[in-house]
Amino acid sequence: MTKRLFVKGNEAVAMGALEAGCRYYFGYPITPQSDIPEYISREMPKLGGQFIQAESEVASINMLLGASASGARAMTSSSSPGISLKQEGISYMAGSECPGLIVNICRSGPGLGGIDASQADYFQSVKGGGHGGYHIIVLAPDSVQEMYDMAMLAFDLSDRYRVPAMILADAVIGQMKEGLTPHSYVAPDDLEVKDWALIGDGKAGEQKVVKSLYLGDGELEAHNNHLHAKYAVMQVKEVRYEGVELDDAELVVTAYGSTARIAKTAVRLAREQGMKVGLLRPITLFPFPKAAFKEHTSAGQKVLCFELNNGQMVEDVRLSVPRTDVSFYGRAPGAGSLPTPEEFLDQIRTHYEA
Amino acid sequence: MNHDVYMAGFGGQGILLIGNLLAYATILEGNQASYFPAYGVEKRGGAATCTIVMSDKSVGSPVVGEPEAALLLNPLSMEKYYSHVRSGGFALINSSLIDDDGSRRTDIKRLLIPANEMALAIGDSRLVNMIVLGAYVEYSKVVSVDSLKEALKEVLPERNHRFLPMNHQALEAGAEFCRQAFAS
Amino acid sequence: MTTTEMKKVFSRPDSLKDVQTHYCPGCQHGTIHRLVADALDYFGIKDQTIGVASVGCSVFLYGYFDIDVIEAPHGRAPAVATGAKRVHPNRPVFTYQGDGDLAAIGTSEIIHTANRGEKLTVIFVNNTTYGMTGGQMAPTSLPGQKTSTSPEGRDVNTDGYPIRMAELLSGLEGTAYSVRVAVDTPKHVLQAGKAIRKAFKTQLDGQGFAFVEVLATCPTNWGMDPLKANERIAEEMIPCFPLGVYKDATE
Repeated sequence: MTKRLFVKGNEAVAMGALEAGCRYYFGYPITPQSDIPEYISREMPKLGGQFIQAESEVASINMLLGASASGARAMTSSSSPGISLKQEGISYMAGSECPGLIVNICRSGPGLGGIDASQADYFQSVKGGGHGGYHIIVLAPDSVQEMYDMAMLAFDLSDRYRVPAMILADAVIGQMKEGLTPHSYVAPDDLEVKDWALIGDGKAGEQKVVKSLYLGDGELEAHNNHLHAKYAVMQVKEVRYEGVELDDAELVVTAYGSTARIAKTAVRLAREQGMKVGLLRPITLFPFPKAAFKEHTSAGQKVLCFELNNGQMVEDVRLSVPRTDVSFYGRAPGAGSLPTPEEFLDQIRTHYEA
Repeated sequence: MNHDVYMAGFGGQGILLIGNLLAYATILEGNQASYFPAYGVEKRGGAATCTIVMSDKSVGSPVVGEPEAALLLNPLSMEKYYSHVRSGGFALINSSLIDDDGSRRTDIKRLLIPANEMALAIGDSRLVNMIVLGAYVEYSKVVSVDSLKEALKEVLPERNHRFLPMNHQALEAGAEFCRQAFAS
Repeated sequence: MTTTEMKKVFSRPDSLKDVQTHYCPGCQHGTIHRLVADALDYFGIKDQTIGVASVGCSVFLYGYFDIDVIEAPHGRAPAVATGAKRVHPNRPVFTYQGDGDLAAIGTSEIIHTANRGEKLTVIFVNNTTYGMTGGQMAPTSLPGQKTSTSPEGRDVNTDGYPIRMAELLSGLEGTAYSVRVAVDTPKHVLQAGKAIRKAFKTQLDGQGFAFVEVLATCPTNWGMDPLKANERIAEEMIPCFPLGVYKDATE
């Protein structure tokens, strides 16, 4: 039996990335994610990889672009203000179809905001945070184990679709320690050789170009349609969510990441009190589990959405099930304390009885 | 099994260490645990706090509003967190630093433990945390003292292993104190 | 009996495609492309080389060079090149950047890439203006130079001074080679060719960061005919941006 480790979420995502074959990391220090570069700067040299503490977030995302265009599995990590700086590079990566992993251990904003846990980067993450109307894959782990597992999944999805992938978490998931069962990475069978990547392999007459500039008549439109066709495929094939006690649920609670963990206890307490409540936890925030919301509200169930912000994912829930009664309860970034299961339970009771 | 405990004191009292230790020992016993250190604003003013949630199934919320148990090591922690302890729960109070006559809460179990004096008696004032942890596991039985010892070996860097006997002594002294207190 | 053979003295380097460029008449990007291509041919590295294109007139690098190219965001070519070089340490990697790209928006990236001593070659084309966007003031515009955003001429009191990148980068430990050249006379073209070749050799020998600043014309945005523009190099630019080797630590 593999030994269970006891590690922080931040360390777990770094461990998962290295296990997935990531050998290039570029980043810049920012709280509360600095455990990631600290761990990788220690471990990467042992694996023969490269760690660069870049001069800025802007430089690190562009180093990631260069490494990705060169065919490597590579990553960066940051927290909200730093992720804002990376948006330029993320847009270019999306435009030039460069895969890669971006970890956002979200903190509260806007501006310098604060360092406490927040989910206020949801819109930025899932709606295309930079210019140009693109999407990236967004995964929302809710445990230390998932931080590890989803680092691998993120690389696989990113490589499969040539779409950048983000792991969106916060200080709760990043700073929390839990048991972790490490396991060997196995690459999916369907991952193709990156024949588009620049490897300097000396084949004359087969120029490879990684670019996002399309000035020819109709070229850019075709390119954008191509990108959005990939998003449509992902919407069918790559949606992931967790359902807890949904079968007979009259009220469907929804939350992701840290908030989902708090909600899990609240839902258990509600069940103990005889309320028919379930939890639908989106794991892929993009592609969003629209169909799951349709399925689990088809008998007239109500939905209650918890977030650590003033209401963001709830908009995607409402778009998924426009005729469903969807309520929202959230905490503004910087509340200073986290919501508790008891607090969520009160909300559940109110909406359940309403 | 489903337990949670909130630990609070000032920085330097070793709160985060015993939080880690308890969660790790739980995992060594084959159960699940989350260790969540207070973060951000709550960290200000030199306070050290953490929440440990332990379960034989998967752990839900790592955040707890009304903990089943609280280990309160200094007056400020008492001030801030004592009232949050769940009705019917348990508070372990470091009576070396905290005065409490028991009138504030009658709906919970209390144990006053003179942890500073006990630590000095063993020979090192820094053992306050281990004494308190020993008392807590004796009361709650969430893990065995042996598992804590096992976990400590892994949590402490090799170069500090010479301090293991002293820490073991402190864990046992805390456990013994708790046994005596509830026996009488 | 004597036979007369015609010797071919001028041909297109293998590293360049047989296409017409989009550059304006009298623009010296074409000359500089040619010198870079000559260096790639000289070392026989065309098929191993990764070029990093920047934003500006030279963004279509991949349209002219028959090499693999990554297109970088504005100013970020040195960071993109760093990523590529770290993945492929044995492949030659170069960036080709203009003055707006390298000396304004990308100042941070170029300085830190040089300071890390990344084994890259950087070709920096300084024509004292933003060419592609239509002749706005650049960080390298000369004092008094009229541009579309300095209609009364660059006022050093409010716009600052022309920034001298070859000198600036020569002060960094990680820089192995820093030089400024021009392509306004045959002699200068030869010198520039040698400097570019040396900048690739510096990389191939693993000696560190190599930087070549090339003074160049932009007749269209300067509002000059090609000849007059070429004369401006010697008359106005070289006095402000003296040619020469600012650092050579490749011994």
